[in-house]
Amino acid sequence: MRFTVNGRSIDEEVDLRISLLDLLRDQVGLTGTKKGCNQGACGACTVLVDGERINACLALAVQYQDRSIVTVEGLADGDTLHPLQKAFIAHDGFQCGYCTPGQICSAIAMADELSRGMPSAVTPDLTGIAILSHDELRERMSGNLCRCGAHNGIVAAIAETFGTGAAAPEEVAA
Amino acid sequence: MTPFTYARATDTAVALREGAEAGAYYLGGGTNLVDLMREGIEQPARLVDVTDVSTSISDTAEGGLLIGAGVRNAALAADMRVRTHYPMLSRALLSGASPQIRNMATVGGNILQRTRCTYFYDAAAACNKRVPGSGCDAREGFNRIHAILGASPACVATHPSDMCVALSALDATVHVAGPAGERRVAMADFHRLPGDTPDRETELAEGELITGVELPPAGPGMRSTYRKARDRASYAFALVSLAARIDVAEDGTIRDVALALGGVAHRPWRATLAEAHLRGQHAGENAFRAAAQAELAAAVPLRDNGFKIALAERLIVAVLTDLAGEQA
Ligand SMILES: Cc1cc2nc3c(=O)[nH]c(=O)nc-3n(C[C@H](O)[C@H](O)[C@H](O)COP(=O)(O)OP(=O)(O)OC[C@H]3O[C@@H](n4cnc5c(N)ncnc54)[C@H](O)[C@@H]3O)c2cc1C
Ligand code: FES
Ligand code: FES
Repeated sequence: MRFTVNGRSIDEEVDLRISLLDLLRDQVGLTGTKKGCNQGACGACTVLVDGERINACLALAVQYQDRSIVTVEGLADGDTLHPLQKAFIAHDGFQCGYCTPGQICSAIAMADELSRGMPSAVTPDLTGIAILSHDELRERMSGNLCRCGAHNGIVAAIAETFGTGAAAPEEVAA
Repeated sequence: MTPFTYARATDTAVALREGAEAGAYYLGGGTNLVDLMREGIEQPARLVDVTDVSTSISDTAEGGLLIGAGVRNAALAADMRVRTHYPMLSRALLSGASPQIRNMATVGGNILQRTRCTYFYDAAAACNKRVPGSGCDAREGFNRIHAILGASPACVATHPSDMCVALSALDATVHVAGPAGERRVAMADFHRLPGDTPDRETELAEGELITGVELPPAGPGMRSTYRKARDRASYAFALVSLAARIDVAEDGTIRDVALALGGVAHRPWRATLAEAHLRGQHAGENAFRAAAQAELAAAVPLRDNGFKIALAERLIVAVLTDLAGEQA
């Protein structure tokens, strides 16, 4: 099976039962993506597929053949970290760091969803423009749990990177 | 996981041909099926991936929408026609699961997702749904999340979908294709009550494929929304939810109303008794409460879920009061 992972083309012999998460971690050797619950309930395994966030633990690798997958290892530009990675460091957006790769991938896709005008469960006017208020940010990031309770730092890092409150959708695009 | 083969269907005909093989299951996003396969609860011999089949949302000649079964939950919630004319459907979808799961989950898979009863998931427990005839450990067990309406001695599980509750209140129709041709089933009749055969959850026959869901035109005067009560603010299944739409005339008379409850039964519970109570009545808290009580008179609480009766009543009163107020 062929995949593009972090821009690199990969051709792997894959057991049909292997999840995308296990493929990435155990076969491709990219262990940045984490396995928390392995049942869709925590978001630690969040990766980007063609720019959209998914839980790699609930996906069979075979379903994502020929797709472009980005993991936390693919975000930095050489030695230059992605602005959100820098913000996580600046705001102490982690303690143990286990949820961090998932949080970061998730937030990058979240900003993209917002720039495309996607509503959330807390968007008051479904047909209006959503802005990244505190409530919107928390709802849109609710698919990623942090066991250490580093949420305040996580929220601060995302808010700083992608704008909050008055930020117009155009301004928050990644 | 037991071994299986995999095929990707390009269209309905191919899907049906592949799906006719022994032990074949259709595969949507996999967010429910992959989990159940890992737990050994489902053991398909073949997976027929249908995510490339029926992936569009189109306008119908009648002024409604035809939603392909392969449309992802996130895409459906974000569709501007749905947000504008069927807001309760967008809200129901957005209240379900997480953004990651909504990007993966399909409409067909959402309809056919299995219950979240913990005894169904626990291979060591008795469950008539998982192993017919084995009994039901939920009935006398920890049953806080279980059914209060339409349950049977054999099964007290609930259907966990938010989307289906809205579809039921919207009078949606499920489009089905099978070896014998195509047919349509009203969403409100698609899921069955458990009776003696809780393992038979829907009207779908072996090998049949859901191809789409049709929404009738949204009534012009209808106000609608979806509200979900749960243990935390997000990323949790409903304890009780309500999809409601109501049309109130200028003099305050209820012209039309549709209500469906989630989290209370083996299927999305269309509250027809409450609806009948409300039509022609004057919109107001008294009428809303009386209608809710009429619907819930048949509710049977289990050891841990009696709170759902009061919760359902309060949801109905609060949501209808808000909607009628908006309209006034
Ligand atoms: C942690 C977690 C939280 C969740 N929270 C919620 C929630 O709050 N509210 C909610 O509503 N849901 C919730 N869900 C459930 C989620 O919505 C479902 O898992 C999802 O909708 C299933 O869609 P899928 O495409 O992934 O289905 P799959 O897992 O691919 O398939 C499910 C079933 O449908 C069958 N199938 C799929 N497509 C078709 C078709 N076209 N025709 C015939 N059969 C088909 C499959 O054979 C399988 O039996 C949650 C799930 C998880 C993991
Ligand atoms: S490991 Fe995938 S969601 Fe928890
Ligand atoms: S930093 Fe430890 S789980 Fe989030």
